[in-house]
Order: sequence, then structure tokens, then C-alpha cells
Amino acid sequence: MVTSGCDAKTGRMKLRVKGVTFSYGSIPALNDVSIEVEASEVLGIVGPNGAGKSTLLRCINRILKPQRGAVLLDGADVSKMSMLEVARCMGYVPQNSPMVFPTTVFDVVLMGRRPHLSWRCSADDIKKVLEVLEALRIEGLAMRDFTELSGGQQQKVLIARALAQEPEVLLLDEPTSNLDVRHQLEVMELLKTLAAERGLVVVMAIHDLNLAARFADKIVMLNAGRIFAAGKPTDVLIPKNINKVYGVDAVVSKISGKPFILPLKPV
Amino acid sequence: MGGVEVAAESRVRELYERLVGKKFAFISGTLLLILVLVGVAVTIGSANITIKQAYAAVVEATLKKVEAAVESLFLGRIDLHFAPDFNIPSKYETIVCNIRLPRVFMALVVGAVLALAGTVMQAILRNPLASPFTIGISSAAGFGAALAIILGVSLTRSTIWTVAVASNAFVFAVLDALLIYGLSRRKGATPETMILAGIAFMYLWSGMTSFLQYVGEEHAVKEALFWMFGDLTKATWLKLGVTSLIAAACIPYLVLRAWDLNVLMLGDETAKSLGVDARRVRLTSMLFASLLTAGAVCFVGTIGFVGLVAPHIVRMIIGGDHRFLLPASSLFGAALLLACDTAARTVLAPEILPVGIVTSFMGVPLFLYLILRRRREYW
Repeated sequence: MVTSGCDAKTGRMKLRVKGVTFSYGSIPALNDVSIEVEASEVLGIVGPNGAGKSTLLRCINRILKPQRGAVLLDGADVSKMSMLEVARCMGYVPQNSPMVFPTTVFDVVLMGRRPHLSWRCSADDIKKVLEVLEALRIEGLAMRDFTELSGGQQQKVLIARALAQEPEVLLLDEPTSNLDVRHQLEVMELLKTLAAERGLVVVMAIHDLNLAARFADKIVMLNAGRIFAAGKPTDVLIPKNINKVYGVDAVVSKISGKPFILPLKPV
Repeated sequence: MGGVEVAAESRVRELYERLVGKKFAFISGTLLLILVLVGVAVTIGSANITIKQAYAAVVEATLKKVEAAVESLFLGRIDLHFAPDFNIPSKYETIVCNIRLPRVFMALVVGAVLALAGTVMQAILRNPLASPFTIGISSAAGFGAALAIILGVSLTRSTIWTVAVASNAFVFAVLDALLIYGLSRRKGATPETMILAGIAFMYLWSGMTSFLQYVGEEHAVKEALFWMFGDLTKATWLKLGVTSLIAAACIPYLVLRAWDLNVLMLGDETAKSLGVDARRVRLTSMLFASLLTAGAVCFVGTIGFVGLVAPHIVRMIIGGDHRFLLPASSLFGAALLLACDTAARTVLAPEILPVGIVTSFMGVPLFLYLILRRRREYW
């Protein structure tokens, strides 16, 4: 029944996006986008608003179905997998999680076990939740109400929920958008560690070019649904590209080997 | 460090297990409450029957039924005499067994059904204001009933008044759910579409009912109006059977969807990323919850508030995990409606109030108390 290598938990998953094209009705959003990410790598997707960052994440995760192209997980076509199979391979942290009714942090993280469990949840599921809470050092929040937490805490809980899925690929949409500086760094360091220690493929859409430069191994710069530039942060985040894509004059210097971008003014 | 971590892990586990224990305690407590309420409710009424006589009548009638059933199983070849004879006047037995008991059980089943449907609607529409009637079920049923009462039009061509009214109400309620289903299927099945479509249809049905009331004769109009107040007076064993059958057909699906309902609360995108087809779960759950509601409303009219408030009260006490919330809030709804109906029968005795009026009187203070007691952002 299982067509992917995901349940084997090799920890060496490879994600390939091949020529993905997607449009919302007649409005094109992605045009022939191809990327490749290895296990333990963090890929940052950057680009201005409406460039297609979120759409790309949703296409990878099969929330949206690309009109052309394919998403391959270790060679297995994601579009041929069931929703549950995809859910066992990929965790997704959306930009915002609307929570109408109060729910404890524990229960939110337990929901990440949904792709694995039957109606009852086993002692094993509970144990997995406890492990994830601990790995993220949020076990103290376990019985707190999710809706009462700060933005940074909520973000960690949502990442914990995605990790409870035991994915090989972790997709995040603007993981730092509502966070203060300290929480931004904490979350990014956490992602970096997770990629390194668990051999995860981490793909994040991110607005903050400096965070992308510091924490991503690879950067894909999208513009109007197309890949404008891709490669190492030092190669992609250069004044010329930022000028073309964002319409902003910027100086890029280097701090301990990583590019540091200071936007000056719109052109 | 290992030891410290294990300690933290076992502490969280202990807290979680304690919470689960609390949930089970709430469920068993509610069950016990229901037992007590049933015990009290059968003894209360305008007829002058003592508590002892009431119980004796129930025991006698039940055992007689069992006796007859066993005998017919043996094709009448044996003759049993284990049923006691307490010398209860047969008039009393009729009152207790054919008027009070079906009413008591109808209150339980309808309360459970409305609370369950309300819980499901709140989850799939992701809206704390949702109730079983949010998508217009009750207005549609009201229109169907008015059609039968005022114009004498029966979809099932039944000449029996009760059947004509109930079947009309049921058919229109289901029609309403199907219309919402069809519309939201085309438009992406977001909670917003469903709520807006539901409100639009609600106005349509009540507009048509108003029209009927405008052209109808006075006594028929009044009767149609009375039908719409929720009322358990006309409960019979047969009606109870039909409502329970529909409930038995719908509840398993909804209970099996408990995890999906949980996941829906995180938003459609997250639900999809967890392997749950949010759209499909929302649409089918809506249909099942509506069918459930229609099966109750068609006999007892619109009993408001239980379906809105029972889920909230239970959520405040045991939290939002639908594996526990669904059974707990249906039990609580059953207890709440039976308590209200018992009050409706006693407050102005021998006058009996429509239970729909009492649910609001009893539900609102309880709800307000819980809201004020909580110091949460949400409630």
C-alpha cells in the first residue's frame, strides 16, 4: 500500500520539484519552477509579496495540485500518493493557524499524530508527543491553552505539531513573521538543528533576507512565479538581484562569512 | 540531564492522564445525573400518581412486555407468570407508560441529538455561534409544517395529520441541507460560504412561512406558530423510535470523524497537510448533523439553545478534543433538555410550558455564570 520510501525513515530524503506550473484560475502563480533539496539542508524561498512563495509550498505539499510538473520525494511522485501518505512524509506549518476554540498545547501537538493513528491514540502516540515537546523545550506549556500563548510560543507549538507527524520534509510559511528578534533567532536555530540532527529537508518561505542569509543553506529567489536566482546565499543575495526583484537599492556586506543586507531606498 | 528529562516527561504524562481522567469522570457524572433525572421525571406530572405507583407501573408494564415477548418467542407454547401485579389502575399505567415515559426519553434523545449536531456544526463551521439551526434547518422544517397545517399540502399525501406535518417538516429540513450542500460544493465549501448560504435560506424559508401565515386562516396560523415552539407534549413511542433510528444511523459516522473535527480547528490548510480532506469532511459532517437535527425537529419543533450552549458548557469543562467532547456534550444535552422539560412541566403545574421557552430561561443563566467565572480571553 505504501508507495513512498517515507515510512522507511531513511533520514536521507531528497525533495525535487520539477517544472511546477500553477495558476489560480486564469491568474498564473508559478511558472516552470524547479528546485532540489537534500536531507539536512535548509532551503529558503525569498521574493516579494505575491511572488508565489506560499503557492510553491502548497504545491509541494499537495494542498494545491500543479497543472504541470511534478514533486518527487526520493523519486516517488507526490501526486500519486494519497493525502495520508503525503501527511506521513511532510509536515507543514502555515503562516497563521486560526484557533477558534481553546485547545491545550498537548492536544494541538497530538493532532500531528493524526496521519499515523486510528481512532484511539496509543501510548506510543502520547510518548511521541512528549518527546517532541521536550525536544523543543516547551513541555512546561503542555497543559496551557494554545490561544493564550504568545506568538513565539505558538510558532514553536505548531512546529512541534508538524514534528509529531514524524516527517522527512518540513515546510514552513513565514515561520518568523510575527516574532520578536529573540524568538526569530530561536526558531531559526531550532530549524537548523532539526535539519542537521534529524536529517530533515527544511523548506521555508521567508521575508527576512538577513535571516535567510544566515540560516539557509540554499536560497531560491522567486519573482512573479518564476525562479529569478537560486544557489548559495552569497551568490543569490546580491545588490543586483535585490534591485531587480524587490525594486530596492541595497548594500550587501559580509559578517562572519554570511551576507548582511541593508536595504536603502526603493528605486 | 537524562534523569531530569524523564522526570519532566512523566510529569506531563501524569497531567495529561489526570485530564483524561477528568473527562471520563465528567461523562460518568452526567450519566448518573441522567439516571437521577429520569427517576424524578417519571414521578412528576399533573395526574395524582404517587411516586411508588409510578415506579410500580413502570416495572409492571416492562415485565409484562418482556413476558409477552418471551412467550411469543416460544410461539405461545409456554405460559409465564413472572410479571407482578401491583394493582395499579390501568389509567395510571397509561399515563406513566404512554405519556410520561416517551416524553422523558424523547427529551433525552432530542437533547442528545441537538447537542451533538451543535458540536459538529461549531467545529466544521469553526464558529462559536453555530448551532444545529445555523444553516436554516429549523426554518425549513417550520415552512414544511406550515405548508401542511395552513394549506393542507402533504408531500407524502398522508391523511394522518401528525404524519403529514412531521414528514413535511423532515423533507424540507433535509432539502435545506441538500441545497446548502450543493451550493457550498460549487463554491469551495468554506465555513463562510456555508454560513452565508444558510442565513440566506433561513430568510427564504421564513419569508415563505410568513406568506402562508398572511394568507392562512387564523386558527391554522396559530397552530403553525405553536408547532414552531419546541414542545415535547406530543411525544409517543413511535416518534421516539423514528428519531432514535435516524440518530443511530448518523451518530457513528460523526463519532468516527472525531479526529478530523479536531484537525479542522487548525484550519483547512493544516488539516489537508495532516491528510484530512477538509472540504469533504465539512460537507458530509454537515449532511449527517442536519439529518440528525431534522429527525428531531420534525416531531418536536425548534428547541433552541441546547444545541448552541451544551457544546460550549462541556468544552469549558473538559476541553475541545472531540473524541470526548462529542459523547460528553450529547449526554449533557440530554440531561439539560430533560431537566428543562421537567421544569416546564412543574413550574406552572398543571399548566405545561413549551420546553423551548424553558431552555432559554435555564440555559442562559447557567451559560452566563460559566462565562463570568472564567477569566479567559475566549469565554
